[in-house]
Amino acid sequence: MSTTDPRTENFPLAAESREATLAALREQRALTPTERVIASVEAYTPQEAAERTLANEMLADTRPGVRAPLLINLGPNHPSTHGVLRLIVELDGEVVKEVTPVIGYLHTGIEKQCENKTWWQSVTLVTRMDYLAPFANIKAYTMSVEKLLEMEVPARAQWIRVLLAELNRIASHLVWLGTSGLELGAMSVFFYCYRERDNLLDLFEMVSGERMNHRYFQVGGCAQDLPPGFIERLQAFIDEMPGRIDEYEALLTGNPIWKDRMKGVGVLPADELIALGVTGPTLRAAGVPHDLRKTNPYSGYEHFQFEVPTATEGDCYARYLVRVREMRESLRILQQVIDGLPEGPTIADDRKVVLPPREELAWSMEALIHHFKLVSEGFKVPAGEAYAPIESPRGEMGCYVVSEGGPKPYRVHMRDPSFVNLQATAPLCRGNYLADLIAIVATLDPVMGGVDR
Amino acid sequence: MSDVSAQIELASPGAVVAEFEHVGELTVEVQKERIVEACRALRDGPSQYVLLSDVTCADFPDEPGRFRMAYQLTSLATGARVRLRAWAGALDPQIESVTSVWPGANWMEREVYDQFGVRFNGHPDLCRILNPLDWEGHPLRRDYPIGGEEVQFSDAV
Repeated sequence: MSTTDPRTENFPLAAESREATLAALREQRALTPTERVIASVEAYTPQEAAERTLANEMLADTRPGVRAPLLINLGPNHPSTHGVLRLIVELDGEVVKEVTPVIGYLHTGIEKQCENKTWWQSVTLVTRMDYLAPFANIKAYTMSVEKLLEMEVPARAQWIRVLLAELNRIASHLVWLGTSGLELGAMSVFFYCYRERDNLLDLFEMVSGERMNHRYFQVGGCAQDLPPGFIERLQAFIDEMPGRIDEYEALLTGNPIWKDRMKGVGVLPADELIALGVTGPTLRAAGVPHDLRKTNPYSGYEHFQFEVPTATEGDCYARYLVRVREMRESLRILQQVIDGLPEGPTIADDRKVVLPPREELAWSMEALIHHFKLVSEGFKVPAGEAYAPIESPRGEMGCYVVSEGGPKPYRVHMRDPSFVNLQATAPLCRGNYLADLIAIVATLDPVMGGVDR
Repeated sequence: MSDVSAQIELASPGAVVAEFEHVGELTVEVQKERIVEACRALRDGPSQYVLLSDVTCADFPDEPGRFRMAYQLTSLATGARVRLRAWAGALDPQIESVTSVWPGANWMEREVYDQFGVRFNGHPDLCRILNPLDWEGHPLRRDYPIGGEEVQFSDAV
């Protein structure tokens, strides 16, 4: 371990940059590359910056073509970065030399909070991680707990989960398409996408009572059956949506500006993406047909006919095409769910884990006792560990849970695809223009709630 | 012994400490000094566990090794999964970094360092990631209080 004293390094420190230096000092080590970049970008007070500029101007090499690298701070609240993502960009002219993403601005310690809630209370917390894919979070979590409980989920509940997960995929991709369009100058796409997303949120509200952060999946199944009239509205949506996707494609797919901004931008070979842990549409756009719904079917995905869209170019445009085609495939799955939805219960019949039906509380003493025990103490989960991966709109979302046999989780960890995929920002952006960075981050589709948790 | 353990043993004899099969998931516990060799053996081996899905940790203060690392490996060829386990040690938790095998382990290990205080030797950029850089303590340790801690950032008001 190196023990360089960071104070002796050439850093005139402003108050904001002391964080990094303090951390290094406390642990008696040199600044790491990330800390060094953060310290450099924050190292000066306005007065010091003015003095430095003056000094630099006097020293500057003014020959044409000679330029010093420029560090700029994009974010944490930049309109083009989806959320509170901060990117420290080192520029040479207009070309990106290096990008250092700085995250954690939305960190709320959900994993820690879960350890102090019961298993069923934690469902509420995990939903809030990736806020554009709440059904994916909750599905990964409930699946991992069900794995530890070795619990069978009824077929109807599995199919309803597939239905909502696919609706969620469309909703998430619509937000992605709309905001990416906005960031790249295609304003009207945003309005169209949000119009359809609003229909989806209405459907979610019908099912779960909430437009986001649903608590609809429970350990063992779904909280309720689908409400009356839902299937008809869903059918209307499925009938309408392909035409809408055609509209978006008419606006974008052949649009020369859209193609100019996206084609050939942000390419990495598939093996490098895999080494970085990148999954989801980003990996599929580079030619790897890895989709957990096909490779490790869960929740009854083996019953459905659908394609896994892939592309070979691996650029931003390929990611766009893959996501648009994924929306169409999701619609195909939705139609199959409607056509073949099995009858039966929507939640497992296990009174030690699952709340008894509401109406039973009126006449059954035993149901009332079970209800009371489950709500006050929670259910116990056998000791062990389990990892349940699912295909979220952004890639592999996995939930790792550890139980010590008690009513509270010992450890809950979410492998969030946004967090892992965001690591690819720097290798994707190096050597591209600054404007391309916006397109690259947009097509990586990170959701900061999931990144920071 | 499973194929996975056999592959690790082939590349690094004596590395496997134990293996467990629970709820259909295979966990192979390896010596912490051999974690990089074990990972490399599985990545380059016949089952091609080329994707490192996740690196995380759980804190067991009563265990001699205390910090239990969990590496989730995925084979893109077969869809098979395996979890590697290693104990990082109680007093001075340290383990070799697997960033030389998968560059994607970078942020995952930074997160474990940030939340648990496990140091990863050979990591190119081991600093905090989710908490502020000068945060004191490691929040996901079991002895870190949840509530009652002083208000942070009060000087910013």
